[in-house]
Order: sequence, then C-alpha cells, then structure tokens
Amino acid sequence: MNAPDQYSKPAVVVHWMIAILVLVALPLGYYMTDLSLSPRKLQLISWHKWIGFTVLLLFIPRLFLRLTKPVPAPVGTMPGWQRAVASITHAVLYALIIAVPLSGWLMSSAKGFPVVYLGLVPLPDLVGKDEALGNVLKSAHEVLTSGLLILVGLHIAAALKHHIIDRDETLARMVPLLKR
Amino acid sequence: MKCNRILATALVSLVLPLAGTGAYAAQPAGTFDQVLPAKNRIDFVFKQMNVPVKGYFKKANVDLAFDPAAPAKSTVRLDLDLGSIDAGSSDANSEVVGKPWFDVKAFPTATFVSSSVKPLGGDRYEMTGKLTIKGKTRDVTTPVTVTQNGNTAAFDGAFTLKRLEFAIGDGTWSDTSIVADEIKVSFHVEAERRAAK
Repeated sequence: MNAPDQYSKPAVVVHWMIAILVLVALPLGYYMTDLSLSPRKLQLISWHKWIGFTVLLLFIPRLFLRLTKPVPAPVGTMPGWQRAVASITHAVLYALIIAVPLSGWLMSSAKGFPVVYLGLVPLPDLVGKDEALGNVLKSAHEVLTSGLLILVGLHIAAALKHHIIDRDETLARMVPLLKR
Repeated sequence: MKCNRILATALVSLVLPLAGTGAYAAQPAGTFDQVLPAKNRIDFVFKQMNVPVKGYFKKANVDLAFDPAAPAKSTVRLDLDLGSIDAGSSDANSEVVGKPWFDVKAFPTATFVSSSVKPLGGDRYEMTGKLTIKGKTRDVTTPVTVTQNGNTAAFDGAFTLKRLEFAIGDGTWSDTSIVADEIKVSFHVEAERRAAK
C-alpha cells in the first residue's frame, strides 16, 4: 500500500466528529461537576454521558478505518524524535478516548445511576452499585480526563506548530480546506 | 404382653404430638399483628432524564392486623420517617429533605392509613387507604400479596404515586421532563401472629 498524502474522507469526518464531541464534553464535565444539584445539572450530566457514549460508538469506525486504510506518512522534513513523540501521542490519545468515557460509564454504574442513551436506550450497568468503588472510579475518570486534556492540548499545539511555524502539510492532511 | 405395652406407649407418644399439631394446623387461628420492624422495606424508583434511580427509607413504623379468616377486617397504619430517605446519592439525600421536596422540618412523617382491604382470590388482596405526605392526603390503592409461612406472614406490594399531587419537588423541580411525576413505590412487611395458647 502506498501511503497517501492525505487521510481518507471517512477518517477525516470521524476524526472531527470525535474532536468536536470531546471539546464539548470536557468543559461540560468540569462545569457541571461544580454546579449544585438542580434540574439543569441533571440535564447536563445526562448530555455529558450521551456525548461520551457517542464517542465510544464513533471509536469503532475510527479504529476500523485506522487499521484498514493507509495513513499518510509524516512529512519528510520531520525529525525522528518528533515522529516518535507523534506516534506515542496518537496511541495514548486513542487509549484515552476509550478509557475516559468508559471510566465515566463505570463510575455512573457504580454510583447507582444507569446510563440511558439519549433518554431512550438503557445501557447495561457495567458494575453493581458500590459507593467505595464509585469514588475510586470517579477519581480514575478525573485523572484520565486530565491526561486527555493534556494530550489534546499537545495534539492541537503540535498541529498548529506544523501549520504556522513549520508551514508544512501536516494539518492539511486532516483539514483538506487548508491544502496549499 | 409387656412388649405390647411398651409398643403401645411408644406409638401413643409418637402420635400424640402429631395429633396436637393436627389440631393446631386445622385451627390456624390468630391475627398477624406482631410486625417485625427489622424486616420492613419501603423502596422506590424514580426516573430522572428517563434514568431509573433506586432509593429507600431506612425507618418505617408499621402497625397491621391481618386475620386470614377475615381479611376484609385487616388494618394497616404506616408512619414513614421521611428524614431516613436514601434517594440514591449523598447529593440527592441532602436535596430531598429540603423545602421543595419533602420539607422534612415541617413534615417529618408520611402516613398511610388503610380504609379497606378486598380479597382478590388466593393470596392476593387490594388495599385502599389514605396517604398523607407534606400535608396533602390522597387515596391510594395497591395490590398486596400475602405469603404465609407458619406463624409469619410477608406482605408485598407495589403501586405508583404521582409526586406532584403531594407537591414533592415543586418549583424548578416540577419539570417532569427532568424528574418524572410517577414514582414506583414497593413495600415488604413481615408480621408474626402470637403463638396459639
């Protein structure tokens, strides 16, 4: 397989769908946690969970595309250490995009709140109600989320650096509109 | 001869207690009215954003009298300590005792007093009574299944109440698209009857 110079269209679409959802879910999660209990808070928590589950769903085609479609090679001008950092970042991002919503789902189950996707589809409880476990999973969700926040920041910073400072094609491969 | 007498004594001593049991079984007289408080369970399920959340009350005082021979004469009284609620999370627990919900300071107890019990056949009954929560009284009807086991009887049932009829969760919480109006309540009570004299 020859490496294309750009990500496939479905890969671009699903990347940006996940990106938008993650960028909504992150601040929503931090914001709603600090609210005192109110109808608004319950609504936001539900939305946050629905977004998280949607990310999990979208990850299936995402992973499938990544494994079946050739991905563009890093631009030629990139030093080896940057390639290494990029592939580690991507691998960890993939892992966290699964781990963060999954830990949220686990935490919700352990705290005795089943997830009803879009208010319509009851999802199975991953664990039974257990307050101590719920608190552990809450911490896990928070720690993993901090990790995701850092990596998303790094990912965005690197993409912008390639586009603005290096002025290479790295970002354009995921944003066809930017093609120079 | 001696053997015969011994055999007869043995047989009689075997049969006598059985006869006693027989007489007792044929006349299971006695009203179940000794409630076993430790067995009381008052559970509920409410839905928030369509998510079923389970809760229960830790303290409920039940008085009841159920005579299997005259079930229609049964009476039940429940005094429910609303402050003993577990509404599924510590956040919810501190919220629901407040003014918009149960207003526990002003209305610490909910009561149910039965007004009629109708046999539905078998071990099933239909009980109607007055439920008072937060100063509001409504008639409620619930099926009750009675499971007798010797001198103990278990009473189980479930019914649905509408929280807004009792102003439970008013103000901003009255939006039923967030917390549904219907609350499913289920109960389990056990009572013994005094040992026959």
